[in-house]
Amino acid sequence: MRMTTSDEALAHAAANGDGEAFSALLDRHYDRLFGLCFRLTGHRAEAEDLTQDICAALPAKLSSYKAKSRVSTWLYRVAVNAAHDRRRRRATYARHSEGWGDWETGRQAEIAEAADKTDWLHTAMAQLNDDLRDTLALVLDDVTHSEAAQILGVSEGTISWRISEAKKKLRAFKAQEEAQ
Amino acid sequence: MTSDTSHNRDNNLNDLKAAMQTATPLADATRRTENFRLAQKNFANLQESRDPARLTSEPPKQGVIKGVRHMLHTLSGKGGLTVTTALVACGFLFLTPQGQDLLRPTGGLIGQAPVTEIDLGTPTSGNSAVQAAPVAADTSGTVTEIAPTNAIGATESDLRAEADMITDDLSAVQAAPADMAEAESFASEIAPSAPLALMAPQAGPAPAGRVQATGGLMRMAPAQDAAAPSAPDTEAFANADQNPLKIVSDEPVSTFSIDVDTASYSVIRQSLNAGQLPPPDAVRVEEMINYFPYDYAAPDLGDAPFQPTVTVMQTPWNADTQLLHIGIQGTLPALDDRPPLNLVFLIDTSGSMADANKLPLLIQSFRLMLDELRPEDQVAIVEYAGSSGLVLPATAASERSTILNALQSLGAGGSTNGQGGLEQAYAVAATMAEDGEVSRILLATDGDFNVGLSGTTELTDFIAKKRDTGTYLSVLGFGRGNLDDATMQALAQNGNGIAAYIDTLNEAQKVLVDQLSGALFPIAGDVKVQVEFNPTQIAEYRLIGYETRALRREDFNNDAVDAGELGAGHSVTAIYEITPVGSPAQLSDPLRYSGADTATQSAAADELAFLRLRWKAPGEDDSQLLETPVLQSDTAPGTEAQFAVAIAGFGQLLKGDSYLGDWGWDQAIALAGDNRGVDEFGYRNEAVRMMRLAQSLSDQ
Repeated sequence: MRMTTSDEALAHAAANGDGEAFSALLDRHYDRLFGLCFRLTGHRAEAEDLTQDICAALPAKLSSYKAKSRVSTWLYRVAVNAAHDRRRRRATYARHSEGWGDWETGRQAEIAEAADKTDWLHTAMAQLNDDLRDTLALVLDDVTHSEAAQILGVSEGTISWRISEAKKKLRAFKAQEEAQ
Repeated sequence: MTSDTSHNRDNNLNDLKAAMQTATPLADATRRTENFRLAQKNFANLQESRDPARLTSEPPKQGVIKGVRHMLHTLSGKGGLTVTTALVACGFLFLTPQGQDLLRPTGGLIGQAPVTEIDLGTPTSGNSAVQAAPVAADTSGTVTEIAPTNAIGATESDLRAEADMITDDLSAVQAAPADMAEAESFASEIAPSAPLALMAPQAGPAPAGRVQATGGLMRMAPAQDAAAPSAPDTEAFANADQNPLKIVSDEPVSTFSIDVDTASYSVIRQSLNAGQLPPPDAVRVEEMINYFPYDYAAPDLGDAPFQPTVTVMQTPWNADTQLLHIGIQGTLPALDDRPPLNLVFLIDTSGSMADANKLPLLIQSFRLMLDELRPEDQVAIVEYAGSSGLVLPATAASERSTILNALQSLGAGGSTNGQGGLEQAYAVAATMAEDGEVSRILLATDGDFNVGLSGTTELTDFIAKKRDTGTYLSVLGFGRGNLDDATMQALAQNGNGIAAYIDTLNEAQKVLVDQLSGALFPIAGDVKVQVEFNPTQIAEYRLIGYETRALRREDFNNDAVDAGELGAGHSVTAIYEITPVGSPAQLSDPLRYSGADTATQSAAADELAFLRLRWKAPGEDDSQLLETPVLQSDTAPGTEAQFAVAIAGFGQLLKGDSYLGDWGWDQAIALAGDNRGVDEFGYRNEAVRMMRLAQSLSDQ
């Protein structure tokens, strides 16, 4: 029965204290949530930790869910905010991030297979700044520009601009790569 | 722009998308289950934390009027009067301009009161106050839950935003109670909770965690971010109630485990140097006394690995009592043929370690220690933050530059997964261990372990299990602010190691260089002390310090019960204050019908007490026993015992002990000053300086 209930109805029930609805909702979205966390951080362990943060706080956040937006949009927003907080906290310290930023040091522990592809991806992502990376993390996950705008709290125009900016950077990167 | 380039551009993005899809790993199944459980637990807690706010057991859907009627029904007489008075008072607050004025500045009251109670009422849609209510309840609920796990999810900014929303909504209600009926019902909903005492338990637990309640705003303090000036102190200290005076005829036997930790003294010094008296809970007198090296008589070769020296002396703070001073000196084996060492540095690199007195000091400290190691020793480094990782696999200590580079590469960032780090450190230690070698994990941290399965009991159980593998665990504390002294103590005690607190490079020099052999090479394990007092001689006794080390009388002979380790060359001191029979200082009256006379054995009549020590040789399971009677001595106490007593006085003054009478700072300073002895490293001079500092601070 739960499977046919809409996300929105589940979120509502959960906000009103229905534990089963909450579990069903989390179950539905967990994997995508984790995927997004990985795209946001570029680091598996970091993504696991971030997902944990989100899970821990999610019950309290349910009340901030407004019926007007889709649950996935709201959930992504929670995730992006949590990622920002994590990043901000860390930015105060000497090491900026152990994710996309300094892939070289974090590489050893990563999965060996598809190493070349991933390596290229990391190098490519490392060309971009946090904003562009966040935007790409969403857009590459088939989130529409307008939803991405809602999630990141910027205008749709900004999203489009960021995407074209990211494309520019990638093109330059590719050119540089081919020149080598 | 040609179509070719635009095609290329999209290609890049598509490539990226494809690569991203391949790279994105599947969520880890165990973590998934854990996270699920965490989320469900938080969810359940949230529901629970809402519930106690309700005064009736009926569900919130019922009408307000019914609730009020029910309440008036059950409460009669005095209760009813109180409630109706409260109703009127609330009506006044909300419905009159004066009341409004009263309300406005008191954000705290209004911020809490409606918050927990509103969801009693009928949540009419469009009533923003009602909508806000669960948010606020959630905030306090989550916060209590989040505190222990330190999940950062309920992030500062979000919480603040939510809290802002509440206050906004509330001010709207205050400013415009346009609809009289609505306002009235609002007031009556508050009424049941009006006595603030009812609110208190609800609001109480939240600030106890990492949370500050500022007015109506709940703010989650950034626990990781020690730099934030408003971060609340989240230190936890291990301490138990002070040892009470015991009556010999009731309880003739006193049993405790030795304690060679020194953390308490360094924490006190750090506080005093920062211009503050240390919190009384941070004061553990035995750790203060045992911070200092003493020149007690060393054991003869071939005997037990340590030698007890017992002195009976006049109590400086009480003319009618005596002090029984027990000094235990460990032997210092020839260090030239010491076994090779396997050291695993387990280093906390969570974000909060970035302060100058944490990670940088730690790295410097370990550099100092490296010089003391020998080529055959091995070093490995494991770091733990959000995830734990092996920074340096087992490396011979002679490869100095490799080790130094690995140390230098450590950077702070992320949360703290102590459990994961410990598991990995033990695993690494297991790979390094060979017969005849000593393996020890040196855990360096500034605070608690708060990701994963990290209740103190779970951790200590884990360590207690690992202890049997022969790997020792010592804990070095760094920095202040969220120093979890209680966990440190628990870990070191269960891991058969020492807990030290490193506040300066000097302290690092003391612990890791000057006393390295004592810190790293145990000569006796599970050392227990038992003193039996003779009721014909001693009426009352009091053990000074060792509160957290008390053992049951029967545990003394039980080899399965863990106790403290004694390191090479370490000394341990314990002091009892004893009241001789018939002394005017006796606080209790003697029993009229005690069988003291018959119990007396003529042979032992002049013994004050009987001292028993149990210990195990390192790595062995069976304990050995050493016994010696304590006789009244006429010789004057030496400087070593006198100095220990002065430090015991120092500790008791810091704790605000009532047994000291008029004896105060001046006397303590004089006693310590006169008994500084050789003081090769200047520790005792420093102690006198600290006492002076404490005196001026306590006079303020």
